[in-house]
Amino acid sequence: MTTPDGDEARSAGEAVLVVEGLSKVFPGPPPVTAVRDCTFEVRRGEFVAITGPSGSGKTTLLSLLGLLESPTAGRYLLDGVDVIGLSDSSRCVQRAHRIGFVFQAFHLLGYRSVLENVELGLLYQGVVPKGERRRRALEVIDSVGLTGRCDGLCAHLSGGEKQRVAIARALVGQPALVLCDEPTGNLDSANSEAVLALFDDLHRSGMTVVVVTHDPAVAGRAQRNLRMADGVLTEAVQA
Amino acid sequence: MTRWGRGPTRRVRVRWRDIGGEAAAAVVQRPVRTLLTALGTILGVGAFVATNGLADTARAQVSSRFDALKATEVRVQDATPDGSNPFPADVADRLERLNGVNRAGLFYMVPDDGSLRVRTSPTLVGAGRALVPVVAAQPSAVLAALPELSVGRLYDDFHEARGERVALVGRAAASQMGITRVDNQPVVFIGDIAYTVVGVLDEVQRLPDLLLSVVIPVAAAERDFRIDGATFQVLIDTAAGAAQLAGHQAPLALRPDHPERLQSLVPPDPRRLRRQVSDDVTGLFLALSALALLIGVVAIANATLLSVVERRNEIGLRRALGARKAHIRRQITTEAAIIGLLAGVIGTSLGLLGVAITSTARDWTMTINPSTILAAPFIGLLAGAVAGLLPAIKASRTPPAETLRA
Ligand SMILES: Nc1ncnc2c1ncn2[C@@H]1O[C@H](COP(=O)(O)OP(=O)(O)O)[C@@H](O)[C@H]1O
Ligand SMILES: [Mg+2]
Repeated sequence: MTTPDGDEARSAGEAVLVVEGLSKVFPGPPPVTAVRDCTFEVRRGEFVAITGPSGSGKTTLLSLLGLLESPTAGRYLLDGVDVIGLSDSSRCVQRAHRIGFVFQAFHLLGYRSVLENVELGLLYQGVVPKGERRRRALEVIDSVGLTGRCDGLCAHLSGGEKQRVAIARALVGQPALVLCDEPTGNLDSANSEAVLALFDDLHRSGMTVVVVTHDPAVAGRAQRNLRMADGVLTEAVQA
Repeated sequence: MTRWGRGPTRRVRVRWRDIGGEAAAAVVQRPVRTLLTALGTILGVGAFVATNGLADTARAQVSSRFDALKATEVRVQDATPDGSNPFPADVADRLERLNGVNRAGLFYMVPDDGSLRVRTSPTLVGAGRALVPVVAAQPSAVLAALPELSVGRLYDDFHEARGERVALVGRAAASQMGITRVDNQPVVFIGDIAYTVVGVLDEVQRLPDLLLSVVIPVAAAERDFRIDGATFQVLIDTAAGAAQLAGHQAPLALRPDHPERLQSLVPPDPRRLRRQVSDDVTGLFLALSALALLIGVVAIANATLLSVVERRNEIGLRRALGARKAHIRRQITTEAAIIGLLAGVIGTSLGLLGVAITSTARDWTMTINPSTILAAPFIGLLAGAVAGLLPAIKASRTPPAETLRA
């Protein structure tokens, strides 16, 4: 509802993400082709897992999808918007409004409260007043089950709680797409389970989620699996 | 269905208040780091305030002492001495009419060709001892020297007008001649003429030679002795701040016919003197403070640079959340400026404390220009902002993809 130019594209089943021939070559030396000619689509509400061995280019692909890096070739339509060749500040607008990130290392500000960390997800949208930011942050904090920890410092949370705060931060901006890189990589199995349950909830509520992982438990929850090997993306047949 | 159109390129307007809030949070929530970062600037601003305050205070001491005495003394002398007296008889009347003149009178040393031989008995026994000089001075000239008597009293206009043979004896001359009291009406012989001692001068704040001399009325000296060739002078005691004007007006008031015949010796303009003192001190304290401040800027810049490296993840995260480079630059610069402002406020307090302690120890009146106190925190702020520029640029170049790799 706050995304610019994206409202009409947000009906179920439409492509949130369309990628054609996307490639990323790190100039080196030696030059490394981390992502090679990737073509795929993700439809609204899909829960997609991308698996593959370490070094196969999963993180690089995710950073391209998240507009953190620019591809060396290919086209990319995000939520109906052509995002190739945008200026740095335009890509910032896209990131602020359309994309939510969940990182393996959480990346919370340890010296700030849970509430402040979640509000940070709205800060760079720029148009949301302070009171509104707070209200919406409290809402998502409630949805990840951390209402009681609102005012606690993030440094004092357990790993599982930290990742739930990070997910709340990713969701608070009402993105079109949530990108997760090894979201359970730093968690024990119990905490992983709690976070995965949260992804199930997200999926059921219609959120589009792309998860990069080599954790089979995560891949197993996904509706659709893609495989990455040597920078090449292939559709995996569901086992 | 699939549109390959341009997306929105509208810039994100993040409020300064929000960025400032993030900066303030980073500063406040890690107080120890903030304090360490600020240390150099605290010292710099502290040094600025302390040196400035001490300079002001010292300057105020100089001028208050200076104003009290030196700045109220004027002498008028013959511009072209020819041995005759260039002054009219009614010096006091003419000068004491002028604004700010308290006392003014003629005085000169009576020329001694060896015949004066000041002594306490009419015989010449004891001649050959150190000679006691004789000074002729109008009563108003004695008063202008700001005398204190140990015994007796001063002679006055009545004695002067009648050319009475009365004398004041300076403390040193009195002890040389064995005069300790005046109630027995002691007499000094000058040449062969007896003068009655009416008082002993214990202290004078001007013309210290009076303490070594016998002082007699001008009218008596003119009648009893040869005074050609004396160095005739007028001593003026003025109100504070009036010396310049009195010195300027005196020649015309005394000799409207030939003002150029007279020359006034006035003390240096206290304002000019103060400025001169301040220039000396200012140069030193400016150099000191600038050095200290430079150290402060480098300290903040260095600490901020380190913290930017350390906070690579945080900055990458902010970029991933949609922060533009400008937002990062603003935040880091603001953080450094806030630290600078804090350092400025703390440094100002410490500097003032230093001035207060020094002033108390030296029994000085603490004096400080309020603009120093007002300017100091802003100097800190500016130092911080300048120090933050380089780290801010470095921070804004943090690649956002960093967060995924970390
Ligand atoms: N910034 C970079 N510069 C050069 N090479 C890189 C860079 N980032 C990643 N690579 C290389 O790209 C390949 C893919 O890495 P990555 O995307 O991290 O794989 P994964 O996430 O699947 O482990 C690796 O060979 C890696 O060394
Ligand atoms: Mg990876």
